[in-house]
Amino acid sequence: MGDPGVNIERQAQVRARLAALLPAESILFEREDTRPYECDGLSAYRQQPMLVVLPANEDEVRAVLVACHDMRVPVVPRGAGTGLSGGALPMGDGVLLSLARMKKILSLDPAARMARVQPGVRNLAISEAAAPYGLYYAPDPSSQIACTIGGNVAENSGGVHCLKYGLTVHNVARVRGLTIAGEVVEFGSEALDAAGYDLLALMIGSEGMLAVVTEVSVRLVPKPETARCIMASFDDVERAGDAVAGIIAAGIIPAGLEMMDQAATRAVEAFAHAGYDLEAKALLLCEADGNPEEVAGEIARMSEVLQRQGATAIRVSRSEAERLLFWAGRKAAFPAVGRISPDYYCMDGTIPRKRLGEMLRFIAAMEAKYGLRCPNVFHAGDGNLHPLILFDANVPDELHRTEQFAAEVLEKCIALGGTITGEHGVGIEKINQMCVQFSASELALMRGVKAAFDPDGLLNPAKNIPTLHRCAEHGGMHVRAGRLAHPELPRF
Amino acid sequence: MQTHLADWIKDTPEGIAAEAILRKCVHCGFCNATCPTYQLRGDELDGPRGRIYLIKQMLEGEPVSARTGLHLDRCLTCRACETTCPSGVQYGKLVDIGRAVAARKLERPWFDRLQRRVLAGVLPRPWLFAPLVTLGRWFRWLLPASLAAKVPADAPAAGARPPIRHARRMLVLAGCVQPALSPDINAAAARVLDRIGISLVEAEGAGCCGALRFHLDYQADGLQDMRRLIDAWWPLVEQGGIEAIVMTASGCGVTVKEYGHHLAGDPAYRDKAARISAMTRDLSEVLQAERVLLERALETTHETTHETASARLDSRATDKPDARSIAFHPPCTLQHGQQLRGVAEGILSAAGFKLVPVPDAHLCCGSAGTYSLLQPALSSQLQADKVAALQSGDASMILTANIGCQSHLAAAARLPVRHWVVALDERMAEMESFK
Ligand SMILES: Cc1cc2nc3c(=O)[nH]c(=O)nc-3n(C[C@H](O)[C@H](O)[C@H](O)COP(=O)(O)OP(=O)(O)OC[C@H]3O[C@@H](n4cnc5c(N)ncnc54)[C@H](O)[C@@H]3O)c2cc1C
Ligand code: SF4
Ligand code: SF4
Repeated sequence: MGDPGVNIERQAQVRARLAALLPAESILFEREDTRPYECDGLSAYRQQPMLVVLPANEDEVRAVLVACHDMRVPVVPRGAGTGLSGGALPMGDGVLLSLARMKKILSLDPAARMARVQPGVRNLAISEAAAPYGLYYAPDPSSQIACTIGGNVAENSGGVHCLKYGLTVHNVARVRGLTIAGEVVEFGSEALDAAGYDLLALMIGSEGMLAVVTEVSVRLVPKPETARCIMASFDDVERAGDAVAGIIAAGIIPAGLEMMDQAATRAVEAFAHAGYDLEAKALLLCEADGNPEEVAGEIARMSEVLQRQGATAIRVSRSEAERLLFWAGRKAAFPAVGRISPDYYCMDGTIPRKRLGEMLRFIAAMEAKYGLRCPNVFHAGDGNLHPLILFDANVPDELHRTEQFAAEVLEKCIALGGTITGEHGVGIEKINQMCVQFSASELALMRGVKAAFDPDGLLNPAKNIPTLHRCAEHGGMHVRAGRLAHPELPRF
Repeated sequence: MQTHLADWIKDTPEGIAAEAILRKCVHCGFCNATCPTYQLRGDELDGPRGRIYLIKQMLEGEPVSARTGLHLDRCLTCRACETTCPSGVQYGKLVDIGRAVAARKLERPWFDRLQRRVLAGVLPRPWLFAPLVTLGRWFRWLLPASLAAKVPADAPAAGARPPIRHARRMLVLAGCVQPALSPDINAAAARVLDRIGISLVEAEGAGCCGALRFHLDYQADGLQDMRRLIDAWWPLVEQGGIEAIVMTASGCGVTVKEYGHHLAGDPAYRDKAARISAMTRDLSEVLQAERVLLERALETTHETTHETASARLDSRATDKPDARSIAFHPPCTLQHGQQLRGVAEGILSAAGFKLVPVPDAHLCCGSAGTYSLLQPALSSQLQADKVAALQSGDASMILTANIGCQSHLAAAARLPVRHWVVALDERMAEMESFK
């Protein structure tokens, strides 16, 4: 993406205003310093921000927001910058607001099973702090070592254990934030239910467009007494897909149900040394947790289904260390792909589970069409796929081909009755596909919600919800018709 | 990541190596999570992903200033980021290149230059460093508090070295600062290995491994130190009969293990360097390989075990920490640089030590070669955090595997800080006295 540069005069103006509010070392403005902030985990999209600010507390955040609102400067919040849809992509005329310095765990109440944390606390740090009480924070994105709870709230992140334990939205009790005008807003409560509309659910997944999250109360859950994981090999990807459907159809809700194809297992084995079956065309990881009897029973039932569905080998973790090792590879899957390709484009679409086989055949056809490899990892249990298109950004045409490849896959998701995002958000990456998935009137409604919080459109304005104008450019047809592209299909 | 290296560097060996490393980074940010300086500063520019980006910018020909220099200086070279990176990015090699290029492009302020020059001049020269430490001890009262804390108390007694009597022999590096600060380490290593039938020999004229100057902006001088050490060792290596080169300081170990890499561009030394690197082992690796012999040497009478158990009961009764309960600090050069995790710890458990869990064991203590002198603020914060973590359990002693970490921790810790082989040696001696 181009870099329209930064207007130096405007930058000096805004900087002068902010300099009165924050210590000098909390404001970055030299090109040398701001460029490393030009992208998040989706490094193909880059934009140098006008300024980066690093507030240390909520008062500083408020001061920055009030000043920016007053000067009509757009603000893009950022957590750890691990997002994969460009949600934290800066704006050349805007302030990038990093929340990474606000990383205190404010309170942890084992009796109430609740922790109150600042937005920059890392997902895994919460579970580490809760561990001495036998508790943990359930949603576990693969990026949990690094990503922040603020980013998780903004993206409604999920993880390999969300099939049973839910996404961020199911595990957060209360969010406190500041609107662009600097007003405090609180959603939800630490009690079981809050009065009025459930605005908490609206806030979670809003991709930093409604308010800047400054505090989150998360629910903690007791660590299961024990957990074991099955690693099942299949000599055919579609058969593995059917086995996933088989497990769910048998009425089992595994603690985790993940799938990797051969290309993906081969890439991650080099880092994780997890002992994956490299000959299998697809691997399934199926986890059971609970008390030892429950776990033994569920492992037996799942093994039986897997066997019936044609698994060529089944291994069950024999120790906690081995179980973690099984997962270590899966959790490192995306970056481990960096070992076999200089760049990858991680997609995030969701389809009904029973269409998995069809989708995989489609992806294989696209690999041939675009001449690009595409290993696949899935949260198979909930039909959330992450095809990883491998490309080389140094080869002139490859990013472009990758984007076309990705667009076709996303549009296929919609055609199969699915949706264009599972957990990574829309950001800038999938903004055009929003026009395909939603009608003009639906998008207008979404923009209305945005305007209620941020009438001037200053908080992360270029993401998530496309303008009609943008949709018209992407594919006028969908918008002109004013209807959904495939109205015959049921959606979820 | 996409890269467009500038013409002046693109086709040089440095440029080619840097580009290959940069291309592997997928900008996922996992590494920031375990980077000590990112944890303290919360600024992308003080984490590995940001530093990689700064280096990339510089090599792409963007204007650079002292700002890039500052963030590269703040890096501890602890390489925790390499352990965390699933993509296999060799950050350590990249930052060496980045620093060399920055040193050519940027002039440091005079005081910074002077400091580095003095350190590079003194530390690697035992004949200069040892008397200075002694002087420092005498005139401690004259020194500013920050420096006084760095001058160690009297060096512990080394004890007798066993005669060179076994057919199995290994070379050991005396090191540059270690003989003055803690002569007991190599003596203890010699005694422990002697018990299992291996004699340690030192080579005449062996000096600094080169790490100190290499990491102080004097890469060429560092390489010279490496060649000198190879020259000192080579006759003994050629003669045969030397099984391995043993490192008792993991900081030197990681460097010598990479001689092959550092001198790859020098036809005269390339092969020798590779051979030396291949022969080099950390002390823990050597003892691990001889685990059977070691455990035999550790075998003890029932009385001793019984005695230890009752001592433990006594200590619980009197609320005194158990003398066998220790907190282990794995130096970064051991756990990240050499990727040796749990090895020394396993040997210590086998010898009857109880290892108390230490939170955030992956983090650097802030010593990092000369970092503690050049980046005092970050260093002392890391030191305080590390000491608190090591003392948070009920350990009675802190053990580590590198002289730099040992002195740095000792300056702030309430508990004694020693090299693990010294404790192991004492334990073995104690057991022998029971036999
Ligand atoms: C290797 C890898 C694996 C991943 N695996 C998963 C996975 O399994 N599941 C999953 O769901 N995601 C996954 N992700 C995506 C990403 O980690 C998540 O979206 C995560 O929640 C982003 O958190 P962050 O702190 O990095 O936020 P950022 O990337 O910094 O920001 C993400 C979005 O949140 C907004 N934001 C951040 N902080 C705040 C705040 N305090 N207030 C308001 N808005 C804010 C930003 O504006 C942006 O729109 C993965 C990413 C990588 C690189
Ligand atoms: S973990 Fe590795 S791939 Fe990811 S940002 Fe760090 S260096 Fe790059
Ligand atoms: S070497 Fe250590 S201090 Fe330097 S970037 Fe890596 S983790 Fe951070």
